Amino acid sequence: MSAWETVIGLEIHAQLATQSKIFSGSATTYGAPPNAQANLVDLGYPGVLPVLNAAAVRMAVKLGLAIGARIATHSVFARKNYFYPDLPKGYQISQYELPIVANGAIDIVLEDGQHKRIGVTRAHLEEDAGKSLHEGLPGVTGIDLNRAGTPLVEIVSEPDMRSAREAVAYMKKVHTLVRYLEICDGNMQEGSFRCDANVSVRKIGATKLGTRAEIKNLNSFRFIERAINYEVARQIDLLESGGTVVQETRLYDPDKGETRSMRSKEEANDYRYFPDPDLLPVELDEAFIAAVRATLPELPDQKAARLGTQYALSPYDAGVLTASRELADYYEEVVAAAPQDPKLAANWVMGELAAALNRDGLELSAGKMPAARLAQLLQRVSDQTISGKIAKEVFEAMWADGSGADAVIAAKGLRQITDSSAIEKAIDEVMARNPGQLADYRAGKDKLFGFFVGQVMKATGGKANPAQLNELLRKKLSG
Amino acid sequence: MADFHNSTLTELAAGLRARKFSSVEVTRALLERVTRHQSALNAFISVTADEALAAAHAADQTLAGGGGGALTGVPIAHKDLFCTQGVRTTCGSRMLDNFVSPYDATVVKKLRGAGAVTLGKTNMDEFAMGSSNETSYYGPVRNPWNRELVPGGSSGGSAAAVAARLVPGATATDTGGSIRQPAALCGITGMKPTYGRVSRYGMVAFASSLDQGGVLTRSAADAALMLREMAGFDANDSTSVDTPVPDYVATLEQPLTGLRIGLLREFFDKGLDADNERRIREALRVYETLGARLIDVSLPHLPMSVPVYYVVAPAECSSNLARFDGVRFGHRCENPRDLNDMYRRSRGEGFGAEVKRRVMTGTYVLSAGYYDAYYLKAQRVRALINEDFVRAFESVDVLIGPTTPTPAFALGAKTADPITMYLNDIYTIGANLAGLPAISVPCGFVQDLPVGLQIVGPHFAEARVLNAAHAFQKVTDWHTRAPAGYA
Repeated sequence: MSAWETVIGLEIHAQLATQSKIFSGSATTYGAPPNAQANLVDLGYPGVLPVLNAAAVRMAVKLGLAIGARIATHSVFARKNYFYPDLPKGYQISQYELPIVANGAIDIVLEDGQHKRIGVTRAHLEEDAGKSLHEGLPGVTGIDLNRAGTPLVEIVSEPDMRSAREAVAYMKKVHTLVRYLEICDGNMQEGSFRCDANVSVRKIGATKLGTRAEIKNLNSFRFIERAINYEVARQIDLLESGGTVVQETRLYDPDKGETRSMRSKEEANDYRYFPDPDLLPVELDEAFIAAVRATLPELPDQKAARLGTQYALSPYDAGVLTASRELADYYEEVVAAAPQDPKLAANWVMGELAAALNRDGLELSAGKMPAARLAQLLQRVSDQTISGKIAKEVFEAMWADGSGADAVIAAKGLRQITDSSAIEKAIDEVMARNPGQLADYRAGKDKLFGFFVGQVMKATGGKANPAQLNELLRKKLSG
Repeated sequence: MADFHNSTLTELAAGLRARKFSSVEVTRALLERVTRHQSALNAFISVTADEALAAAHAADQTLAGGGGGALTGVPIAHKDLFCTQGVRTTCGSRMLDNFVSPYDATVVKKLRGAGAVTLGKTNMDEFAMGSSNETSYYGPVRNPWNRELVPGGSSGGSAAAVAARLVPGATATDTGGSIRQPAALCGITGMKPTYGRVSRYGMVAFASSLDQGGVLTRSAADAALMLREMAGFDANDSTSVDTPVPDYVATLEQPLTGLRIGLLREFFDKGLDADNERRIREALRVYETLGARLIDVSLPHLPMSVPVYYVVAPAECSSNLARFDGVRFGHRCENPRDLNDMYRRSRGEGFGAEVKRRVMTGTYVLSAGYYDAYYLKAQRVRALINEDFVRAFESVDVLIGPTTPTPAFALGAKTADPITMYLNDIYTIGANLAGLPAISVPCGFVQDLPVGLQIVGPHFAEARVLNAAHAFQKVTDWHTRAPAGYA
């Protein structure tokens, strides 16, 4: 294995979150009945013409600005010609020689905490095709053109990634970014965010790239990793057994966990790209670009850096909390309402809350645990009304029926015991019940201290303030 | 009964507005004429008599109520590549023999909005590809001046219909001369406006960067009126230009004193028939008497316009016609074995030879390895031709020359040799490549066949071109001549 280096480049297709299609007024809502969202332009009727949706242009520019790319003041739509039943015009309108965005970069964090910069060659606007339907249609193929004309931005990376893990980290970073920018809903199941991976291997130290295979239409982070790892192993096996890799398009079969050939370079279409004469070049001026720049939100990297400084969080915590704008906003809302301990808040948001959401398959946006409610619970930990351990019990009760922290604490009588005399009384009783252990402890068996802590906690129903308990117990045990 | 067919579009519009006669009367008379001459001329693909009479009746009511637009009640015809809701739009092709458009082209909508009554859809070369109207699936159109001759193309049906006085005006389209060349060959007036002046929405595309809708009429004044009603920005067409449409009728009468007319050296070449050239020279003398000055100019890259055109136009056509795949509309072959069989046979059966020739040429010039040598180079030369025109218009106001090298030719004379056919557009293609407004007006006869004079103007100078054409028609009567048997 170690003799080979993996080289990966990704082409990510992100569906832009516009109200209408890129060249027609049809809606882009997902899940409508077949062809309910396809008008004459989408159907490619004789005589119809495309008209560019300005919102799609603004979104592409927003992306370009967020990755420090060059925004083209002059970009051109081109026709990519090929026949397919779900491609109504017989060509796809895309951008070819002059894309709207070029030369950007995206930073990812590797497992060892190192940063790596992945080059973005270009990002261009294009329309999506429709889809062919086979299920339940014996002997014929159905065509659903609802998706035809949906705006996409295709983000093409440099071949800068060296492992499947890096590819996934990059893909996740782009996923985070497009949702921060609110230009894509990132829904991978519905195909709003998907990628093609160009994978090749070469001998370590080689400067020339190996022959690549392109794995099409990967729509989950898990599949990307598995597909690339499979493909890398396949290519290495092939080369080590004296074979050669052929340039081809491959499909990943998630059921079998393997990639298989779709078509080779020889069978590939000659797309006969040429500038679309129905559309004028897109001319953008500096004022337009500046206006889009003014709409940029705080970006993930900026936000992570700020959170790290402002709340004294580790880079890891800051990274996790800024994985989505929504999560970061939630965290900051919690901290604003429970400002005593931002680290505690981070632990809770990334720990108990994330686990509960995950367990129930819920999104943060479902509003099951509003920030103010979690903040109240954390307040009770900070002001020592309850211990951290009891807080978990309280959290589960809050999660189950949506009640507030104080209500749960009151109803279950979980308020922490901070009355010294009550704790002392419990200690006295435990000592009285366990004379043997007491004698051993006093004879020097220090580790029995834990036994006494446990016994007193048990006697107080876990509610004794731990710090107070420790102090009082130590005093009493030493006589 | 009044001989409505001898009235011009302008006269009919005025007479209807003055309620001297009704639209139903005019419509009935012209429909009768359309039917009577259909077998001899084959100018129409569809005649919509019922719809026309209903529209005429409605127009009369509007006029009776004191309402109406500039063309209310005036019968016209549409070239059969303008989509008309509910009436089939064939493009002269078997491919669209069964195609009924679910929407109206912007031009159709605008002319209806102005009150025009549509009598039907006119014959044309298949998908507007041809210069003789012989590539139509519905058979050739015949020239009213001599039925053994072609009417020109691709708007041959519209031209023959206007020349034979079946309608006072018809819509047409011009990609390489398809309005002006049939206008010249049929002895009528044909105006192609600036690219972007008339919406292409709903006009079935041949070559998108060259196609432009326009009019065929019997006079420049009629062209001015009809064009004014159909021109203008359309949000559905990104290449239509958002500048106001001047009142072309209002500026028709301006004197030509001092008008600088450029004579293109390249238009008076050895390909120009000597008798044709004589008619053109005579017309230029008329312009001199009107106060215009003649200035020799040269457009060095213009001789390359035919080869440039026959790269650019087929390239765009090969892509534009890809949508005719048998999947959603148009011809689909019987019992396709599989997808490729359906594509192959649907397109093979649906398209005629000339369309196939151009689709193949266009596919070739866009192919990997050939794109730079053909398409890209052609676009570069096209830019040079455009610059030549821009430079020429720095020293002249209009360019005047022949529309075609010869008068109308015999049916079948050039069908065996596409190159000879293509050369018929040698003088008209330049204006398409540069997107310029151009008109053809009758300027005399050669062996009893009409000859066309072409006037080309700078971008958006339609008013000046129409003004120059109208001034000529005020002092000549070539445009008032009717073919024998059609007066």
